[in-house]
Amino acid sequence: MSTTAVAHHDEHAAHPTGIMRWLTTTNHKDIGTMYLTFSLIMFLVGGCMILGIRAELFQPGLQLMKPDFFNQLIGVHALIMIFAALMPAATGFANWMIPLQIGAPDMALPRLNNWGFWLLPPSAILLTLPFTLALFGIGDGALATGWTFYPPLSIQGGIGVDFAIFAVHLLGISSVLGSINIIVTLFNMRAPGMTLMKMPMFAWGWLITAFLLIATIPVLAGAVTMLLTDRHFGTHFFDAAGGGDPILFQHLFWFFGHPEVYILLLPVWGFIPQILQTFSRKPMYGYKAQVYSFWAIGALSVVVWAHHFFTAGMPVPALLYFMYSTMAISLPLAVLFFCWIKTMWRGSMSFETPMLFTVGWIILFGIGGLTGLVLADVAADAQYHNSYFVVAHFHYTLFAGGIMGIMAGVYYWLPKMTGHMYNEKLGKLHFWLTAISFNLTFIPQFFLGLAGMPRRIPDYALQFAEFNMISSIAAFVLGLSQLIFVYNIISTIKGGKKASDQVWEGAEGLEWTLSSPPPYHSFSEQPIVK
Amino acid sequence: MTTHSNNHYFVPHGAIYPVILSLGLLILASGFIFSVATDTNKDLGYLQNLGVWMMYAGAAVITLMTFKWLSSVVSESITGQYKKWEDKSFRIGMIVFICSEVAFFAAFFGALFYMRIISVPDLASFDPLFTPYKDFLGTWPSVGPGGVVLGTEYNPGKLTPMGAWGLPAINTALLLTSGATITWAHWGLLRDNRKQLILGLFLTVALGTAFLICQAFEYHEAYTEMGLTLGSGAYGATFFMLTGFHGFHVTLGTIMLIVILLRSIKGHFSASNHFGFEGVAWYWHFVDVVWLGLFIFVYWL
Repeated sequence: MSTTAVAHHDEHAAHPTGIMRWLTTTNHKDIGTMYLTFSLIMFLVGGCMILGIRAELFQPGLQLMKPDFFNQLIGVHALIMIFAALMPAATGFANWMIPLQIGAPDMALPRLNNWGFWLLPPSAILLTLPFTLALFGIGDGALATGWTFYPPLSIQGGIGVDFAIFAVHLLGISSVLGSINIIVTLFNMRAPGMTLMKMPMFAWGWLITAFLLIATIPVLAGAVTMLLTDRHFGTHFFDAAGGGDPILFQHLFWFFGHPEVYILLLPVWGFIPQILQTFSRKPMYGYKAQVYSFWAIGALSVVVWAHHFFTAGMPVPALLYFMYSTMAISLPLAVLFFCWIKTMWRGSMSFETPMLFTVGWIILFGIGGLTGLVLADVAADAQYHNSYFVVAHFHYTLFAGGIMGIMAGVYYWLPKMTGHMYNEKLGKLHFWLTAISFNLTFIPQFFLGLAGMPRRIPDYALQFAEFNMISSIAAFVLGLSQLIFVYNIISTIKGGKKASDQVWEGAEGLEWTLSSPPPYHSFSEQPIVK
Repeated sequence: MTTHSNNHYFVPHGAIYPVILSLGLLILASGFIFSVATDTNKDLGYLQNLGVWMMYAGAAVITLMTFKWLSSVVSESITGQYKKWEDKSFRIGMIVFICSEVAFFAAFFGALFYMRIISVPDLASFDPLFTPYKDFLGTWPSVGPGGVVLGTEYNPGKLTPMGAWGLPAINTALLLTSGATITWAHWGLLRDNRKQLILGLFLTVALGTAFLICQAFEYHEAYTEMGLTLGSGAYGATFFMLTGFHGFHVTLGTIMLIVILLRSIKGHFSASNHFGFEGVAWYWHFVDVVWLGLFIFVYWL
């Protein structure tokens, strides 16, 4: 590990500067940076939307907004957080880190990569434009169906639904392009000697994610296309009068929607063990077991979709099948949990911010997983379905399991990407504020759900008032503490203590052999892995 | 890690095309939404013309940018920038892309099977005492029981289902033959027989075009004589969406074939370096296989 690859692509020495650099770039780091920046901006936009929701829910009764606008905020919040915040964050890390981790000169299809990113801003415009149009009296705002587009409501909706349908189409194209690029990169660009079973976990996580995207995103595209033709061209896919069925949409949607959960989580499961081994200063436990678990979870995730609508009506054998197959996912997931904990076991651990986020992540994501097991139970689900219990559950998996994992990754790799150390004190403050206010926001929601409060409702019975008040106050603390995160990132980019090449004492892997920040063209000559 | 390998990968220079292409898609999509906005909101009729013009503009931008982008790829290819390593990237990428297309068609086949096996028979199987669909038989092809749809009455008209052994059988023969001619053209390319390459591609384009003409006749007959339209319930929706998306892919495939035919006439492609040709050929075979699925499940069974 003595040499550092130096860029010597003379033909690329003069790349454009200023705005043209970002518009035209084919460099994986530039594109990764754009993905991450876009993700952070949309995270704040989606966050503001949900603070509007929590402000409305602070007290029973309608205070701030009409129910229709409330519904629009809920649906767009979810679409933005899933498609425009979490997925781009994971893709941004893929762009930045996969070539560095596998010793590749760049992503395999650089121009496609650029297109994949530049499809995102138009989709964000499509998602949010209806709000603006409504201000000018055109249409009645964004889609008010929740992010799931269920017909017949979505067939009756205004132009907001059409905008969301096309936003999903563009986001889908972007995801498919990104997946093609990542699969090709992982199969074709690994440094000589790096066999598949020597790939870093993050690369494995993304490989399975990309497979899932290729298999499921086009199905979502098909489903929303049917919705579009039902709305405008007189087809009867989701309409009993013509022999169709609204439940058909739920099947198609959740055939995409359930794997989507793992699409959001697998990249995080990839870098979590890398962070654990760094700060435990011992090799990760059970590499092979984790890879096989990824495969098992990926495969199971596409055959369990109907547990999202147990209450819609299904033959009993189907209910049982979907219940047992869903519960089966907890087996490979338990293997992963075991490996994560065993990696820390008797290590010489230290708790810098990335490690704090990771350990907190394991606990909180564990709660998300266990409450999911409860929801998978057909008999119990009749009580929990469409209640705040579900809301709390999927925020434990997607906020704690997704976004807090991404934050761990940000703190872990930011010094490598910028060449500066972030402010450790602010990082720790950010972690504690986030972890505490997150729990205060969502633990009350478990109880609200158990007591019977339905989701997507702007008003509620008096008995739910206290818990909603706690949840709203904590949500605002949670939202505001993210400003510390933003400040910390910006000040790290601008300057700060120089980071060493290895950055972290226990860090291992090809990305840590490069300088911090890495040269514009990382591995123009591929290293040979032994 | 004391040594480095000597591999060199071609990272293309940046291009503005992807950004403008995305902008074109944004304009096309918003234009479409404006042009049909009156469907859900009668007050938005004034947006229709604007929407249509936006669609033209968006489509023009998309076409131009695709052309410019692919032109620069072609010129990079003929100046020898792409070696074995890059070629392999394109090949894996094309395979993965075709897999995603398979998943897209799977959604529509899934809808067909669901309606045929589950929703249509279900609608006919309710208790006669309570069902609003007393006389409805859950047989296939079905246009559904009819009734009030979101406030408007839907009357399932009478229709003649599309038989398999007329035009569709001819279309099957056309596409299968075109699969053979493109393979013959490929053999010509591998043996450096340019005449065979160009003739084979020309025949493939001709067969693809013939297929599209037949399909146009079939659609015309369906609409004017058979009472089979997009709005003909479960059968009409799945029939037209499946064959329509397939026809759209045949159209794209034919355009791609025309491009590689012109490139072959200009002397592009060699026996050792012709990913552009093979990518199109794979795509064409994929379209062919989808048609077989359509022929069996939409027309025949």
